[in-house]
Amino acid sequence: MNEKFETHEHDVLIIGAGGAGLRAAIEALGQGASVGVVCKSLLGKAHTVMAEGGIAAAMANVDIADDWRTHFRDTMRGGKFLNNWRMAQIHAQEAPERVRELEQWGALFDRTSSGDILQRAFGGHTFKRLCHVGDRTGLEMIRTLQDRGVHLGINVYMECAITKLFRDGERIAGAFGYWRETGRFVVFKAKSIVIATGGIGKAWRITSNSWEYTGDGMALAYEAGAELIDMEFVQFHPTGMVWPPGVQGILVTEAVRGEGGILRNKDGERFMERYDPEKMELSTRDVVARAIYTEAREGRGTEHGGAYLDISHKPADYVKRKLPSMYHQFRELADVDITQGPMEVGPTCHYMMGGIRVDAETAQATLPGLFAAGEAAAGLHGANRLGGNSLSDLLVFGRRAGLVAAQHANQAGTITIDAQQVDEAANEMLAPFDRVDGDGPYQIHRDLEDTMQNYVGIFRNDEDLEKGLAELRQLNERAAKVKVSGSRLFNPGWHLARDLQSMLTVSEAVALSARERKESRGAHSRIDYPNYDEAWGKQNNVVVRDGDQMKLRQLPIAEMPAELKEIV
Amino acid sequence: MPNATFKIFRGDRSGGELVQYQVPIAPGMVVLDALHHIQSHDAPDLAVRWNCKAGKCGSCSAEVNGRPRLTCKTRLDALPLDEPIVVQPMKSFPVIRDLVTDVSWNYRVNRKIPPFSPRAGVEWKMDQRDVDRVQEFRKCIECFLCQNVCHVLRDHNKQEQFGGPRFFVRIAGLEMHPLDGLSRTQLLKEELAIGLCNITKCCTEVCPEDIHITDNAIIPLKERVVDDYYDPVRWFLRKLKTREK
Repeated sequence: MNEKFETHEHDVLIIGAGGAGLRAAIEALGQGASVGVVCKSLLGKAHTVMAEGGIAAAMANVDIADDWRTHFRDTMRGGKFLNNWRMAQIHAQEAPERVRELEQWGALFDRTSSGDILQRAFGGHTFKRLCHVGDRTGLEMIRTLQDRGVHLGINVYMECAITKLFRDGERIAGAFGYWRETGRFVVFKAKSIVIATGGIGKAWRITSNSWEYTGDGMALAYEAGAELIDMEFVQFHPTGMVWPPGVQGILVTEAVRGEGGILRNKDGERFMERYDPEKMELSTRDVVARAIYTEAREGRGTEHGGAYLDISHKPADYVKRKLPSMYHQFRELADVDITQGPMEVGPTCHYMMGGIRVDAETAQATLPGLFAAGEAAAGLHGANRLGGNSLSDLLVFGRRAGLVAAQHANQAGTITIDAQQVDEAANEMLAPFDRVDGDGPYQIHRDLEDTMQNYVGIFRNDEDLEKGLAELRQLNERAAKVKVSGSRLFNPGWHLARDLQSMLTVSEAVALSARERKESRGAHSRIDYPNYDEAWGKQNNVVVRDGDQMKLRQLPIAEMPAELKEIV
Repeated sequence: MPNATFKIFRGDRSGGELVQYQVPIAPGMVVLDALHHIQSHDAPDLAVRWNCKAGKCGSCSAEVNGRPRLTCKTRLDALPLDEPIVVQPMKSFPVIRDLVTDVSWNYRVNRKIPPFSPRAGVEWKMDQRDVDRVQEFRKCIECFLCQNVCHVLRDHNKQEQFGGPRFFVRIAGLEMHPLDGLSRTQLLKEELAIGLCNITKCCTEVCPEDIHITDNAIIPLKERVVDDYYDPVRWFLRKLKTREK
């Protein structure tokens, strides 16, 4: 062990303090494990805080016909059957208990007239299923988990970023990172590591994601030798703000449509009639995003290239009560009163269906001791995620990851971290300060955003993806020579220089997988292959590191058991 | 495109100065957009905390022209642009670097508060009306602007004795939870010194979530403390209880 760096030791190290990470921490603590949670921001600021619409769980408080089977079927259909069916089953079965648990820890959901948790309609869900708190469900969830975790005694390492995972042979052994505040390095020794770092949306220019969403966890796992899966499936949320420029991409919750919001083009036409006459505005996100994009491309868009979303036919009081943060967001940032007139909306990069390949039961990655949950993990959502299934995903698989990570740590025996690996990790982080030429990180990041936005967006084709991959190669070369100025003390340019590497790794995985899948399915739309392909419907793309090369292979989807086939 | 002039605090614990930057103005631009522009063009090491850029996470608090604000919700067109816009870190917390302050004290206070403790055998049914009252407190995004302006903390530096408005809001959310069975009045009086608050409402004024901190949280909690400590009957009962222990 290298003693020149600050070192902490835990049974379970959790990277990420959003819903999945905190739920994992609570469960691992319950198993008696020593738990450390590392997060890039302050506690309580993770992306979960931005989740608005609700948690999907078949509690049947409003629609009594709902049950896990219908939720399972909706999830599989929404994911175009590319989902890991066992994950979808576990998720649908366990979500209601996870919601009740939150309530018992102090979360206060909106109520039905009989005093139960109220549920609302959402895209792709057959029944009213989303347990919610107005349009700030994520805040309620993270505050509840945060307080629970803190009082149970988790150690939280705030504003600390992980840059490398260490292995001891085939097993996971720990991680290397730096304190954002001081720039000092820190080593974590751990028998189990749970990756709960969320998504990758900062690689696109128009995104609803915060600065933290740079694909760190996926890239760390990939570098350590774990497999990624379904990387071509990036969800573009249909409704982000489009005007003014500074707010472009900021999320407009699907709850607006759940509460009765109507989409129109500039001619006043309710265009969803042409794309999904049955489900209309509450069609799945992939369909609605493509519809809005197509309307704008074909000249029927709004002034700023989007669509109109209107909820002003509902009573103003109702809108303010059910969608308070949307009301404030538009009034304060766009000078629009949504109780009086329509919002302008357009697609925004929102969520990553793909990620670290995990076992459905244990949330373990393809590397012993490494676990993943939430957006960083893949499988549950298949080719397209239903709204509301993300928050329930965090709870269900966060809990499982924490549980098994603690059990694994208990049986893991002693591990050692190679001192040379630690020194290498430190040197890699310091190198950008010594360079004299080379681009700055912000410049490279801007170019990466343009590459992904232009060539790996909602609609894809072979030519664009080739161009995108070629540009990514150049960006990789530039990033290898990135130059950083200033000191190590809270230096965002330095932090971005490291985050860039993660973004470039996951971006390449997305583009490679997207080029390979020669069909259109869910969030992956190929103009040159507009239809489903039967063979591709039976396999997932898997990305793995082979030396310095990124390798792609296909993995057949396991046969669904008869009792589940009957449901879907 | 016209420019706006910014004067931004650059420095750390050992001191610093206001540094001037020019930023091209775009429609609807907010102060945080300008800070990002400065980072990507002039000062890549400008330290700023932010996450959601949509007023939901409460990370980007600072003082803009002396007013405590979320920079992601402070529009340039609401500020006088004929003079420099001055952006400084929150005054009540120690500076780490530039606009980033050390807010860890808040997390230490939070740990003192006993969590939600449901009464034994409750049925998990609640009325929306009862929930409404508490949901107001649960809206808090922990931007700590209320802590920043509270004069007990800002001017009198009572961090060691006083909890501050953020944590009175949090306790109000627990105390008024329809199913909670714990009393936190002793904590309020003795460890968090709610009595030091003389209800000037500075906290309410700066709350970006429009929580009526003083009227709906602090005053009712003060009343609970008064009831528990100075109502003669309750005083006697409490003495009796302490003796039994």
